[in-house]
Amino acid sequence: MRFMLSVAAILSGALVVPDALAAPAASDPVARGKYIVSTSGCHDCHTPWVLGPKGPEPDMTRALSGHPSDVKMPAAPRPAEPWLVTIAATNTAFAGPWGVSFTANLTPDKETGLGKWTPKNFRDTIRTGRHMGRGREVLPPMPVMVYNNFDDADLEAIFAYLRSIPAVKNKVPEPLEPRAALAAK
Amino acid sequence: MSNGRPFRTAAALLVALGASVPVHTAMESALAANLRDTGLFESGSVERIRAANEEFTPQFPLWTDGQSKRRWLYLPAGSAVDKSDPDRWEFPRGTRAWKEFSDGGRIETRFIERLADGSWRFATYVWNSEGTEATLAPAGGLPKRGIPSRVDCLACHEGAPAPILGYSAVQLGGAIAARTPHERAAMGYLHGNCGHCHNANALEATGLFLAQSAAAPSESAGKTRASVAERAPEILRRVQSENRYVRMPPLGVAVADRHGLAPIRRWIQNDLQPHKGDIK
Repeated sequence: MRFMLSVAAILSGALVVPDALAAPAASDPVARGKYIVSTSGCHDCHTPWVLGPKGPEPDMTRALSGHPSDVKMPAAPRPAEPWLVTIAATNTAFAGPWGVSFTANLTPDKETGLGKWTPKNFRDTIRTGRHMGRGREVLPPMPVMVYNNFDDADLEAIFAYLRSIPAVKNKVPEPLEPRAALAAK
Repeated sequence: MSNGRPFRTAAALLVALGASVPVHTAMESALAANLRDTGLFESGSVERIRAANEEFTPQFPLWTDGQSKRRWLYLPAGSAVDKSDPDRWEFPRGTRAWKEFSDGGRIETRFIERLADGSWRFATYVWNSEGTEATLAPAGGLPKRGIPSRVDCLACHEGAPAPILGYSAVQLGGAIAARTPHERAAMGYLHGNCGHCHNANALEATGLFLAQSAAAPSESAGKTRASVAERAPEILRRVQSENRYVRMPPLGVAVADRHGLAPIRRWIQNDLQPHKGDIK
């Protein structure tokens, strides 16, 4: 029930509503990146959600750090058709026909986040839908095809902002193939 | 823009006559719809390779689920590969390369071409079940048949200094600064299967340097030795993983190369981490 309430609240947007951000000048990439990240839904999945006094809300102490490694994840229940996808209460783990995906740590932690990435690695990921443009494919529900509409300056601004936020050490689990997800049951 | 049909017809005629193949620009020439029109075969044949196409075999071939492969290179008449930088051979405009994959019968033939503006284009031709004709695969590939998309081609071929991965100083017999035979085998395997991405040019952020240099072999071997020693368990786990989201390489491999990986295990166990005992 808690999970259902969380998802319903997340999807309805009836949550903690931050103050509106003014669109900053493109000459300040970090501010521009913060604006884009805050208006393009990045926190929805890359910041773990917790149940606060006002209902589900993103845990900004772990902003953009991806699926928390300390959350023990049982095998995802298989939804009855026509339901398709199961979402964890943190809104950071998703099970569907592709298997199970866990959202990435986007903070600048060098070992578990994007600390060693270059702007090109980030841009290539969004442009190709593959990690760093060369690795495995980025899995659902990451809307790469939507973010691919950003121009290069916007992507560089997003990356500049991601480099400016606090590093959070959080090693996100590896994704599971459908058969692996089933075997875990 | 014209549909390019007259140009393709003229190109096919030139190939049929054994003349030098014109150097294409992307604007003037669509990819040939049929492999036989790319200049690989003699006119009227899908078996006899044109004499102008040199067959070559890299010493450290890429593992592709045990399929056998043949490769050919075409250089325009009167041109040559500029080898002044041994790690970045410069191919002339008009260069073409083919790689044929077989597993009992021919499955696909991949095609790379350098255009007049210096850019490269990539395509895959899929053989019919009779092996009599190979036609151009869609740009998005045929994932269910393991045929890569053109974007997938770039993932590997744009990571190396030159995109014809098997035709380089290291791959055509260059020395590797290895200290033992199994180190040479391991470094060669990693170069051929991983080095096109895991090099300082493409993916420095991963911290894995698995490409060997013909210009500075000792330096590249040292980097490989250090990065494999540091990440040995992760490397072995990922190259053998059954999970395709984890397995390396991330493209073109569905079955781990148990036989080919043995030298890497021996190298790590005997040379890099002898104090750690048996490894998986």
